[in-house]
Amino acid sequence: MNAADGARTGARTRRAAIPAGGLALVLLLGCLPLLALTVPGVLPGYTYEPGTLQLLALCWLTASLALSYHLLFGLAGLMSFGHALYFAAGIYGLAIVLDRTDVPLLPAAALVLVGGIVLALCVGAISLRVTGISFAMVTLAFAQAGNVLARRDQFGVTGGEEGLALDTDGVPAGLIGVLNTRNLYWVALAVLVVTYLVVLWVERSRAGHTAAAVRENEVRVRIIGGRPYAVKLVVFVLAATLATLTGMAYLLLQSGASPATSSAEFTLALLVMVVLGGVGSRWGAVVGAVVYTLLDQRLTALASSEAVAGLPAVLRVPLSEPMFLLGTCFILVVLFLPGGLAGAAQRLAARRRGAAPPGGAPGVAEPVEERVTA
Amino acid sequence: MSTLILLLVTGVGLGGLYFLVASGLSLIYGLMGVLNFAHGSFLTLGAFAGLAAAGAVGAGTWGGLLLGLLVGALTGAAAAALTELGLIRPLYNRHIEQVLVTVGLSLATVALFEGIWGPNPRNITGNAWLSDTTELLGARIPNTAFLNILAAALVLGGIVAFLRYTRYGLIIRAGVENRSMVTALGIDVRKAFTLVFAVGGAAAGLGGVLAAQSLNYVSPHMGASLLIFAFIVTVIGGMGSLTGAAVASVVVAVLQQLANSYLNNSGDLIVVLLLALVLLVRPSGLMGRTA
Amino acid sequence: MSEHSPRLDRPQEAGPVLSVRGLSARIAGQQVVHDVSFDVAATGVTALLGRNGVGKTSTLKAVMGLIERSGEVVLDGARVDAERTERIVCRGVGYVPEDREVFAGLTVAENLRLAERVGDHGTSPARKRLVADLFPDLTQRAQQRAGTLSGGQQQMVSLARALLNENRILLVDEPTKGLAPRIVSEVADALAAAARTVPILLVEQNLQVIDRLADRVVVIDAGRVVHTGPARELLDDQAMIQRFLGVHAENEPAHGEPVPGAAAHGKGAHDQVREAATIAEGGE
Repeated sequence: MNAADGARTGARTRRAAIPAGGLALVLLLGCLPLLALTVPGVLPGYTYEPGTLQLLALCWLTASLALSYHLLFGLAGLMSFGHALYFAAGIYGLAIVLDRTDVPLLPAAALVLVGGIVLALCVGAISLRVTGISFAMVTLAFAQAGNVLARRDQFGVTGGEEGLALDTDGVPAGLIGVLNTRNLYWVALAVLVVTYLVVLWVERSRAGHTAAAVRENEVRVRIIGGRPYAVKLVVFVLAATLATLTGMAYLLLQSGASPATSSAEFTLALLVMVVLGGVGSRWGAVVGAVVYTLLDQRLTALASSEAVAGLPAVLRVPLSEPMFLLGTCFILVVLFLPGGLAGAAQRLAARRRGAAPPGGAPGVAEPVEERVTA
Repeated sequence: MSTLILLLVTGVGLGGLYFLVASGLSLIYGLMGVLNFAHGSFLTLGAFAGLAAAGAVGAGTWGGLLLGLLVGALTGAAAAALTELGLIRPLYNRHIEQVLVTVGLSLATVALFEGIWGPNPRNITGNAWLSDTTELLGARIPNTAFLNILAAALVLGGIVAFLRYTRYGLIIRAGVENRSMVTALGIDVRKAFTLVFAVGGAAAGLGGVLAAQSLNYVSPHMGASLLIFAFIVTVIGGMGSLTGAAVASVVVAVLQQLANSYLNNSGDLIVVLLLALVLLVRPSGLMGRTA
Repeated sequence: MSEHSPRLDRPQEAGPVLSVRGLSARIAGQQVVHDVSFDVAATGVTALLGRNGVGKTSTLKAVMGLIERSGEVVLDGARVDAERTERIVCRGVGYVPEDREVFAGLTVAENLRLAERVGDHGTSPARKRLVADLFPDLTQRAQQRAGTLSGGQQQMVSLARALLNENRILLVDEPTKGLAPRIVSEVADALAAAARTVPILLVEQNLQVIDRLADRVVVIDAGRVVHTGPARELLDDQAMIQRFLGVHAENEPAHGEPVPGAAAHGKGAHDQVREAATIAEGGE
């Protein structure tokens, strides 16, 4: 067997190994509420405790949202600054339908999902008339309009700055209350898995390949007969739909809607997560989101800790602002860690295998290594 | 009638503030292809620094106001130039990364400002004349509107003169058209980058002090809220077009004022609708180059 | 023009003014120049030839540092491949780009003023006079916006910008592209005048212009050098012209524009599509 054959077999083996590994990981995560595990300093307590489960569920939902943003930014290269709009549409949409009507949870959710799709179609059709930075600004403007609607509450349905509490009449009893946090945890995990599978499916589909080609060179796609606008719109709507789905689960988890989820800062936070994890990498988006959520949580705890309060102002002020630390981390990652965490992991793995890093001289060691694994 | 005049004049005044932010955004984008998310932070920093300087001389006095405007502009310029040198230049020609860095900077600085000055707005002591109104054709118009209009007109005139009559202005105009050809004539275009950042930062810092006078408060978030409208103005006017930004500033702000008054406080939404309309009819904006 | 130039007093140099060794370049991740090596002699015109989309323009851009590149570029014995474009230009490389790239919104005077260098090694008044003498039309149109000029006039602006400074070499990219035959000969006149004082690396499709100006040719195909030699040798060999350039020189009509050349010339929409498709296929 020559080296190229070895590499091919290796790749095939790996492709088979990932679903198995992924399944095992999901099973493990699914069992967490039944186990008594903890990671001191990272998790606030044991994994069966509601507080820990709540935080982990938040991680999974944020990861799901980051994955949907990865579809836009990582796959299609669409830098949207208004992705929060569809997340908020899911949250507020479901909250309002449950609040104003007697429709039970599942039909209500289906209704909101359709609403989210229609919204994304309209906004996407307009925003995609421009590209690049203009696209970013236009999506930002639309999201801002949504934010204004939610905060001003001109139609008396969103609860203004206060937000809207979840009306539990239509929600199954198993999804309400602190004691049922583990059920919500499973819902959140299921949403993440669904989002991951949809993203995976899109990436491997024809449309996904075209979207990636559009990201690299739109003119080329047009020349070979592709329709960049249509493909981008499909990706845009799919990403928005996933965000809406995630938003609905978020409403159940947080049992309320708050206008902060529709803000530009929220979308920027998504961008931070995706870049932190590594643009273009599915796992990067998931890891970036989880790291971001945990960091945000722990840094907030740090900010209010005794240790920080005792420091001189020069250190205390920056350390007591989680967003300052996250923003600074983000800048450092952009400047010094291209490819984010995923890129760093890849380089590290490559170095450990003794192969040349990507972009370097064509590695001789790599195929040999592959043959061994095969 | 008098209400309409009031709305028109205050609208133009608000447009002046938008222009002070949008002019820098537009210049920076036009020359460098960078959308500067940190621009709002230059404004906020300028406002706090300017008001601190004004307070040192005597808040509410004319000297204090002038010093505040000067310090605000200088602070904005310094912050912007440092940003360009420290964060933008190392990522030369990598536009996405440059935008990401400004995003990170805006998140970090707003949080830092909150940490330093607290999250809530702080009331300021305004100049007596500025807190007053002047009667114009039966409408009682806040004097801050006149100051904003004057400042924006001076900045517009100053930038136009700078672009037209100086060598750097020439380089910037040429660079907006075709940056790589400017370097191919042996010109280090990076100096022009720092310069447009500084000029844009100065206008934003000035805008910060003026916005504080109009609002009667300073807050760590004032930059971010003005920035969104400045973005909209920049897109409507045509990215990279200074005249476009000037026209769009006035159109957007006047429309916003009118809608807020006559259409049930819907100014912000009307502005977004206008943006959608402009994009449908003319994706490159009012005065943008048709690509 | 030559009377004013101190360059003429210099003895004929033996070595090349510009050496390119193993130059590769990429545009948007696609390799468009593959390991190209050639020399440009210290006098006369060296023509860089090849079919459309083979990487001639990219080669010039790579030498100028306008696109991502690797390999050696040696100017007057000094490596310049790590330097930024403006530094290379200031070392004495004049660049007249494809499609002229005048600043359309600026006046003719402003276009020229931009090219003038300030400081110790700035543009001399004598040099400005010389350019004004060479292009009297531009002096008349000084206040006109460059975007409103005809193609030929724009080409004169672009040439004038490069001639305003004393250069060690000029890189001129398709100067007669899309111009009427009469204007082509005017541009060729100007280039011939320039070539008396400064060596030129010329990318050109019009074989008559090459016949008139070029001393040596370098032919590239698919981003690689496939032939170098005296210009005469290539022009006299129909088989070689057909093979390297895909052009039948004998089919040229009497009045000047070669027919296939005309198609290859003035890159129309079709050619741009072909070129983009070429890039899409990995620069082959």
